[in-house]
Amino acid sequence: MPSMTEAASIASSAATSPMILADDIHKRFGSHEVLKGVSLTLAKGEVIAVIGPSGSGKSTFLRCLNHLETIDAGRIDIEGDTLAANDAQGRARYVADAEVRRICARMGMVFQHFNLFPHLTVLQNVVEAPITVKGIKREAILPKAEELLRKVGLLDKRDAYPSRLSGGQKQRVAIARALAMEPDIMLFDEPTSALDPELTGEVLRTMRQLADEHMTMLVVTHEMGFAREVASRVAFMDGGKLIESQPSAAFFANPQHPRTRAFLESML
Amino acid sequence: MDYILSIIGPLAEGSLVTLKLFFITLALAVPLGLALALVRISRFTVASQAVNGYIWLMRGTPLMLQLLFIYFALPFVPVVGIRLPDFPAAIVAFALNYAAYFAEIFRAGIQSIDRGQYEGAKVLGFSYGQTMRRIVLPQVVKRILPPMSNETITLVKDTSLIYVLALNDLLRAARGIVQRDFTITPFVVAAAFYLLMTLVLTWFFQRLEKRHAVYD
Ligand SMILES: Nc1ncnc2c1ncn2[C@@H]1O[C@H](COP(=O)(O)OP(=O)(O)OP(=O)(O)O)[C@@H](O)[C@H]1O
Ligand SMILES: [Mg+2]
Repeated sequence: MPSMTEAASIASSAATSPMILADDIHKRFGSHEVLKGVSLTLAKGEVIAVIGPSGSGKSTFLRCLNHLETIDAGRIDIEGDTLAANDAQGRARYVADAEVRRICARMGMVFQHFNLFPHLTVLQNVVEAPITVKGIKREAILPKAEELLRKVGLLDKRDAYPSRLSGGQKQRVAIARALAMEPDIMLFDEPTSALDPELTGEVLRTMRQLADEHMTMLVVTHEMGFAREVASRVAFMDGGKLIESQPSAAFFANPQHPRTRAFLESML
Repeated sequence: MDYILSIIGPLAEGSLVTLKLFFITLALAVPLGLALALVRISRFTVASQAVNGYIWLMRGTPLMLQLLFIYFALPFVPVVGIRLPDFPAAIVAFALNYAAYFAEIFRAGIQSIDRGQYEGAKVLGFSYGQTMRRIVLPQVVKRILPPMSNETITLVKDTSLIYVLALNDLLRAARGIVQRDFTITPFVVAAAFYLLMTLVLTWFFQRLEKRHAVYD
């Protein structure tokens, strides 16, 4: 892992900056330390799958990256811009609110429970943020929204409300909604865990398609097939720490840490 | 029948006073209630507690008492002491009172919205204000329609309290005729007027609920 000064020097040269640089992230809820120094770099076009037992801090880590949770210590750079870094006392300090919003806008996120807006139709869900947040005219965003819906295979559902969709369809709308904001990075927090087994395939296919288009992705998942076949790298978390991270083929063929091996065996 | 037709005129005039009070109260109490609810759920503890106290005071004392206080006692309160004419005094009392009830309805409605909606909006770049306006409040509207329907129907009937300020609302107009003509027919006609108003309100809210049911 790069030291603080190395991280700073990486940050100064935008061309070589990783998409995400997380360094020694600490996070506690009350007295419970959930992240105990997690570091991870995500390069452009990379797809990292984060796996690990329940409660190991995977979701918390992901949520820290886009400011859904605030970190206590550590550093987060997004495409070379610092979101938070330690002060002299070793406590994380965030940049100004406007800057936080600007930086986090580069990341899209897909949740386990979709979080679609139930009072809006599928199409309205997709165009709402571009119109409200970016101020784009409805007519200007419409072709792109339709193209995204076609891409996730739901153009025929454009006028349906989310309550009329299956879980797999909802998640694909959520992906299209996130993509409509043209993020550079996509974060996924167990996008298929709330789905019936027969519906996970359609969502995973959409994600694989994104990966094929070189979208940079960080995916918390229990789907070992996805981690093995789509992810370029796999990171294993346990007890608030990132235990090991390797290219996915090596990760499954030759896990280094005994806890990784134990976890992989338990998943079989 | 001729008698009924002859008293409909004065009763309709009374209804106008009733309706005026009703609509002005709604127009003031809904936005005020929303503002109170937003302060109540905000992080500003002092302001939030103050709103809490206000709601307690307004819901914990009779509207009649508040009405009498604002009309008769307010002029004698040091500093704020102002004398309001009778109808404005009624408006102030009703708006302040109903804002407290509406605030509680709005607060419950806002807090019933899943945290995932805020997070979904936040990761798309929505500010707090945009999240409230575009995502949360439109969903709140649907959830508060039933209690709002109840509350507005209660308001129609509560307007009759302004007889204590000698304002000629529907009920007071009816009572005047009853005392003049020694017949209770005006009461029956007044009841029909009230029923008609609440019927219209019920229809109105049912239509709103139906319109909002499309996304269940
Ligand atoms: N808002 C919160 N307040 C308090 N504790 C929390 C909060 N969010 C998470 N935790 C705790 O932090 C720990 C890590 O939770 P997290 O959700 O990050 O785990 P996870 O690896 O995503 O697990 P899962 O696979 O079950 O989703 C858990 O012990 C959890 O109870
Ligand atoms: Mg999780």
